[in-house]
Amino acid sequence: MTPLALSGDLTVITVGADLLGHALDAQAVPQIAVDWRPPLPGTSAALAQVLADPRRAAANEKAVGRLLAARPHLVGVRRARDVLDLPPGTFLHAGPPITWERASGPLRGALIGAMLYEGLAGTPEEAEGALERGSAHLSPCHRHRTVGPMAGVVSGSMWMFEVRDAEHGGTAYCSLNEGLGKVLRYGAYGPEVLDRLRWMGDVLGPVLRDALAANGPVDLRALMAQALQMGDELHNRNRAATSLLVRELAPAIVEAAPERAAEVLRFINGNDHFFLNAGMAACKVSADTARDVPGSTLVVAMARNGTDFGIQVSGLGDRWFIGPAGVPDGLYLGAYGPDDANPDIGDSTITETGGVGGFAMAASPAIVRFVGGEVADAVAATRSMYEITLAEHPAYQIPGLGFRGTPVGIDVTLVARTGLLPVVNTGIAGRIAGTGQVGAGLVSPPASAFTAALTALAEEAVAVRGS
Amino acid sequence: MRSKALPAADLVRVRSGIYHDSVSLMRVSQALTALDGVEVAMVAMATELNLGLARELGFDLPEAEPSDLLVAVRAREPDALRAAEAELERRLAALATLREAGGAAESPPRTTRSAAAAAPSEGGRAAVVLVSVPGENAFPEALDAVEAGLSVMVFSDNVPVEQEVLLKDLAAERDVLVMGPDCGTAAIGGVGLGFANVLRPGGVGVVAASGTGAQHVTSLLDLAGVGVSHVLGVGGRDLSAEVGGRSTLRALRALDDDPATSLIVLISKPPAPKAAARVAEAVRALATPVVTALLGPGGHDLTSAAEAVLAALGRPVPDWPAWEVPQDGVSGDGGVSGDGGGGGGALHGLYAGGTLCAEARIIAAERGTFTDFGDDTYTRGRPHPMIDPALRLEALASVPAGDVALLDVVLGYGSDPDPAASLAPAVAEARARGVAVVVAVVGTESDPQGLTRQARAFAEAGATVFTSHARAVRHAVSLSGSTR
Repeated sequence: MTPLALSGDLTVITVGADLLGHALDAQAVPQIAVDWRPPLPGTSAALAQVLADPRRAAANEKAVGRLLAARPHLVGVRRARDVLDLPPGTFLHAGPPITWERASGPLRGALIGAMLYEGLAGTPEEAEGALERGSAHLSPCHRHRTVGPMAGVVSGSMWMFEVRDAEHGGTAYCSLNEGLGKVLRYGAYGPEVLDRLRWMGDVLGPVLRDALAANGPVDLRALMAQALQMGDELHNRNRAATSLLVRELAPAIVEAAPERAAEVLRFINGNDHFFLNAGMAACKVSADTARDVPGSTLVVAMARNGTDFGIQVSGLGDRWFIGPAGVPDGLYLGAYGPDDANPDIGDSTITETGGVGGFAMAASPAIVRFVGGEVADAVAATRSMYEITLAEHPAYQIPGLGFRGTPVGIDVTLVARTGLLPVVNTGIAGRIAGTGQVGAGLVSPPASAFTAALTALAEEAVAVRGS
Repeated sequence: MRSKALPAADLVRVRSGIYHDSVSLMRVSQALTALDGVEVAMVAMATELNLGLARELGFDLPEAEPSDLLVAVRAREPDALRAAEAELERRLAALATLREAGGAAESPPRTTRSAAAAAPSEGGRAAVVLVSVPGENAFPEALDAVEAGLSVMVFSDNVPVEQEVLLKDLAAERDVLVMGPDCGTAAIGGVGLGFANVLRPGGVGVVAASGTGAQHVTSLLDLAGVGVSHVLGVGGRDLSAEVGGRSTLRALRALDDDPATSLIVLISKPPAPKAAARVAEAVRALATPVVTALLGPGGHDLTSAAEAVLAALGRPVPDWPAWEVPQDGVSGDGGVSGDGGGGGGALHGLYAGGTLCAEARIIAAERGTFTDFGDDTYTRGRPHPMIDPALRLEALASVPAGDVALLDVVLGYGSDPDPAASLAPAVAEARARGVAVVVAVVGTESDPQGLTRQARAFAEAGATVFTSHARAVRHAVSLSGSTR
């Protein structure tokens, strides 16, 4: 039956006045009622311009198609300065660009720690003084094919996961995970933090490098798909993925470094989040393949620096659209409470950008406690994300939803139309530099980042049509 | 909830996180205003327009976003205000329940795009989309429908013409039909969309700008025993130079391909010349016979259009039913009352239907004043007169003794469930003041309101009642002083 054929039974999709739906009920006509709400304030005109852009449909299909087709493989563990443009005194950080003056406590703490780790300062005070004077160069991870959790500070001596997209050939990097509690990425820089970093640099990095070289690349797409079916959502819960990674690499670790294998394996096993950084690099390399498609409204990065929440959009190059970072709503460790929390921070929202994390909550009933809710809330969170995404992931699936693919590919226009903001699972850093992690929970991005991107898309669409 | 201390008799609230469509909220406003001791109640989304209306009413308002719900109630005493607040809660709760009931276990779709993804496509069941969100927001929903390969009826008005053209071009690529914007009625295989009469099934397929014009022609055909296959609205601008008949051409072809349609009727104002040529060419290429009824001075009225269809079918034209006061000397079905007094003065046309109002102006040829209460200037911030009679009741009450009032009453799904309940007493009151009243009832016996039941109620109130609008207008003109 062609769509225009006028015979057959009708189902009517109604959007708008309930009255017209009641008229259909009175005729006993099957109806699907859209729960329509007005778009985000002030976006109607820009929405019409962007949706009318003749490039949009094909551009989004192409962009999200690349995102879905990416096949991230963990191919190496490398020292940052060997693969990234990181001269001494240059530090990468999470989120959109920021200066020391505007940096929050945890980012400042992590930068102080990195200065100490690199030997660029002898004491925290000295490091702080140098940073205040502007002697360090700060650059966002995202600009360097890199992502960093929480503060996301990367310096030359740190070791990085190297992830390659076997489909399109791109590469992305993420540092190695230090564990929980007092760690650099949460802004802590005490002696135990620096000792651990040195051990990671001297032992963990080289051992993993050798093990991976002996083992060969690890298919992260397959591993993540498996972990989702084992109860991870791959942002706040990485227990299954970490276990799978260890299982895969353990023999090679033992063979590569029989003397050190026990401490390396003990370290990885002691940190349920060890996989997170590899997963982030996998999502980064996938999202990067969707960049720079003219006319596409697909979000290719969401990231926070502890002060601003920023997004990047495929059709708008490497421009950031920012709004104020919110304070997460969640559970706190020990005696910490909301007053101790820093605004949202970290590049780990690349997981939600890639269709896991908060978007895959329904796969992970075990973390619902962080939301302070029921399993049904996790299912509702995932379901609501289908409203703002362009596709369902062919590999990342949710058993509890009948193996439906996770919602993936955030569309700026759908966010503006529904007012539904991406659901983000996250850790919570202490507000004061040096504190470390204080909790974990859920956070909402600022709507203003999405409306700013929408406005820019509209301007670009009009400019292109006019030229 | 933000609240503000005000004189004892005002209640102002702004609530976040609640949305209901304007028609539902206006019904809540109406119900609250009807309470004893309540002077005025406004429950509406806090748009610029609605905030302006509330300020004009003298309410002192806090800051609010368009996505907030604004409640502004003024009562003569605190007790009445409390009663209004309780009623407000009850009605909002009822609206929320309705919404949840529609959603079942899964949360309901938030866009037409996700609804289309959920629509069943198997078993020969086709989906069509009915868009009635505010005009500035209609484009995304209609575009979703077309991109999903579904035909769409855009009930919303105030959709920019360039968006209309874009939608209709894309519809041609996807082989679907865009009805509207500002399409008030349609019927597909017996399913009425929007304001729709219950019509007997048959072989006549109608293409019309759509609205009360199409409702009138199809209702007359129904009275004459002729049924319709489909009524496809194309929107009032479709045959303009800018839109160029894009949907008219597709609708004609769809009806031509439809085995249930044996005669096609095209009802339109005279099209722009270029569109007219394209349509004429398309009509010549169709295998199905076409009756083209162009409305306007020197052309058809809606009644003669229906009669032309009957002629093409070789069917007799019936005596269109009328219910008249005895001394007017026209036969009806009896049941009339009133003394036929009044008249001789000026003619006041008080209309709910836009096409009907335009037809009245043409037939009366300037002899009288005609007001379309369905026009944007009257529907800003309040329901359409086919749902809410308030404005027409006011206007009828102010028609001077000795003058003639002419009203249209449109029946069918979507319209006032019992228009005579509020209008007939007002008609009786006008008659008592010496105003002559003429009513044209557009509808069918099968409509929920029932044609005869409504017509009799108006006749019993003292009005002369016609099923042919053109005849109603001519009769009203003859009663007015302008012809004497």
